[in-house]
Amino acid sequence: MMAGSGLHFVVLILAVAICGAASVFQPISDSHRSAAVDVFVPVDGSYKSLEEAYEALKTLEILGIDKKSDLSSRTCENVVKVLGSSSSTLKDAFYALSVNGILKCKTGEAVLLKDIVSQLQAGVKGAKSLLDFYYSVRGLVLVKEQFSGTDLSIGDAEAIFRSIKTLSQTDGRWRYSSNNPESSTFAADLAFETLAGVISLAPSEIDQSLIQTLKTGILKLFDSIQKYDDGTFYFDEKSVDASQSPISTTASVIKGLTSFAASESTGLNLPGDKIVGLAKFLLGVGIPGDAKDFFNQIDALACLEDNRFSVPLILSLPSTVISLSKKEPLKVKVSTVLGSTAPALSVKLTQAISSRSKDSSVINNQELKFDADSATYFLDSFPKNFDVGKYTFIFEIVLDDSANEKAYITEAQTKVPIAATGVISIENAEIAVLDSDLGSVESQKKLDLTKDGAVSLSANHLQKLRLSFQLTSPLGHVFKPHQAFFKLKHESQVEHIFLVKTSAKKSELVLDFLGLVEKLYYLSGKYEIQLTIGDASMENSLLSNIGHIELDLPERPEKAPRPPVQSTESHSSYGPKAEISHIFRIPEKLPAKQLSLVFLGLIVLPFIGFLIGLTQLGANIKSFPSSAGSAIPALLFHGGIAAVLLLYVLFWWKLDLFTTLKGVSLLGVFLLFVGHRTLSQLAAASNKLKSA
Amino acid sequence: MVKSTTKDAQDLFHSLRSAYVATPTNLKIIDLYVCFAVFTALIQVAYMALVGSFPFNSFLSGVLSCIGTAVLAVCLRIQVNKENKEFKDLAPERAFADFVLCNLVLHLVIINFLG
Repeated sequence: MMAGSGLHFVVLILAVAICGAASVFQPISDSHRSAAVDVFVPVDGSYKSLEEAYEALKTLEILGIDKKSDLSSRTCENVVKVLGSSSSTLKDAFYALSVNGILKCKTGEAVLLKDIVSQLQAGVKGAKSLLDFYYSVRGLVLVKEQFSGTDLSIGDAEAIFRSIKTLSQTDGRWRYSSNNPESSTFAADLAFETLAGVISLAPSEIDQSLIQTLKTGILKLFDSIQKYDDGTFYFDEKSVDASQSPISTTASVIKGLTSFAASESTGLNLPGDKIVGLAKFLLGVGIPGDAKDFFNQIDALACLEDNRFSVPLILSLPSTVISLSKKEPLKVKVSTVLGSTAPALSVKLTQAISSRSKDSSVINNQELKFDADSATYFLDSFPKNFDVGKYTFIFEIVLDDSANEKAYITEAQTKVPIAATGVISIENAEIAVLDSDLGSVESQKKLDLTKDGAVSLSANHLQKLRLSFQLTSPLGHVFKPHQAFFKLKHESQVEHIFLVKTSAKKSELVLDFLGLVEKLYYLSGKYEIQLTIGDASMENSLLSNIGHIELDLPERPEKAPRPPVQSTESHSSYGPKAEISHIFRIPEKLPAKQLSLVFLGLIVLPFIGFLIGLTQLGANIKSFPSSAGSAIPALLFHGGIAAVLLLYVLFWWKLDLFTTLKGVSLLGVFLLFVGHRTLSQLAAASNKLKSA
Repeated sequence: MVKSTTKDAQDLFHSLRSAYVATPTNLKIIDLYVCFAVFTALIQVAYMALVGSFPFNSFLSGVLSCIGTAVLAVCLRIQVNKENKEFKDLAPERAFADFVLCNLVLHLVIINFLG
């Protein structure tokens, strides 16, 4: 649809239902460039790794920022070292070659080159995973670009192509290696770039049908694209623990696509609005905080800027506010994503829809004039019925018929929110005190709200206060402001705020003091009057002190609420709070230590008495078995009981019930056997004695 | 009258004592053990009466340990006593094994409750 031909785009789609939100995207500007210097130029003068060096240098090159020479020389040393050693990994060799492509270091003899080439070719042959293929094939492509005249062959290109292709999946994503079932969209980029490298190294050997299946695979990948409401498209990894952010995933897909499209000749049919949406997503990120995201953003945008199938054009506005009083024109810029000039085209304002009346458009099909000096399009005349307020402007870009070198694509429609501001005139402002029953005016004063007045009124609780004024827009319509506040402030700093309502004809506030007596906390005295009128479309928003009013209110009855105490110190609510004194449970009174020790001694006494009594009774252990066969179970029995008691002591001291139960069960089983043995032997012995 | 009662009491005491001497030694050992356990319990009760029952679970645990082991000893005495016709067929070693087992279980519970 869009590839390779400068078709005349006239797409007039009348938006029946505008469901997308309007927003403005700015192309890459100088703020990006200054941020890039902060992010990518290291403070200590050298980069941590070649990968970082490559990302930083590439970004600075794309943005057109000058690199410092000492930085370049130090990085070049690193590059030469890596390229010279034969033990560097494929990844290091790849990044060294990439950095060399940017810095164009002097590498020295061609001997170095042969080593690198043979290392990369070996890498291609022995590659098992996608990353190995990527580094080795892209490395060879870089060698071919940088050093002309070297003989590069990657062996059987078609076989390599097929073996890489086996890693693809039906949903458009790719796997990293045949062992690893995990697939990702990021791997798709690696695959496309690798395959593009294979094609470029051996262009005549690859079968066209293989390339065709690859193209359908790419289109399948686009099925997984996701969308935000403001018309931006992006890719995101499906897996939960993705280490890739949407920025890096989207950028990688764009890089892969553009490198693949550059390598082969028949072209790629990609949906144009999605490409523009991807470009808008990357621009909408603004200035990324992370160095990797920054590199990905700029690299992808550079790919979009300069590719064969479609170059997106971005419509941006330096200012989205039209001031009707200043009568300045509305400026529109059209450029590529990196800010370069666009080809000849014309910009049309198809519709300008007001937020108040959404169905009709105020401006229709107005073509913008072009100023060649500043390369901007502007609209300087607005129709007579263009009033202040919020609008949505719909722009369309129409490319000129002349043949273009590249195929440019734009959005069908760009919606931009515009605010129109103007000077609002205030008329017939007056304040009056009325008698509530009759409605007759007791005193009325005209007000000039543009300067502070010194109006002095007095009223009692039976009367009403009326404030009224008229706001008119530049076109003469009644204007309803967003904020119209009427404030009464008592001498004791108590404030009350009332809203002024706007009807079809005028804005009016009526305060009936009879009903407000309680709200005003029965405070009589002098009240200052202040009026605030404000709106986004109003260039002369105001805050004016009108004057003061003496209010005479009845006495406060007993139950009425008191006015809140206004703290005179402004810091009181931010200072440290009072210290909280915690009340802990009073510990129980324990007996004196000596008393406890005395009783401990007393407890031991009966045990001593027991032992003495035993000796007096003549207790003996004569029937303790003497022969070895019987002594051992007996000993074990007594030992087992002692062990259990020891376990109990440990339980009380340290262990918990479950470990104790485990120990007791074990010892219990042991005791069971041993005890049975001993006691049965004893029983047999006593039986023998009885019978004998 | 008073003299006769005291003399009766003395006579009673002497006859009891002489009868007791005839009991076998192993039963006397068990009786001694029971007295020891009861005395220990009494001392614990006296201590609690003095200082208050603050860790009540500990007090209960201690007293019940003494009382429990005394009760088990009494059971052992009943079963081991040769004059007791009911337990003629039960071997004294078996009774002793029961005594040991029940004591171990009792002391496990006591230690757990001691806190």
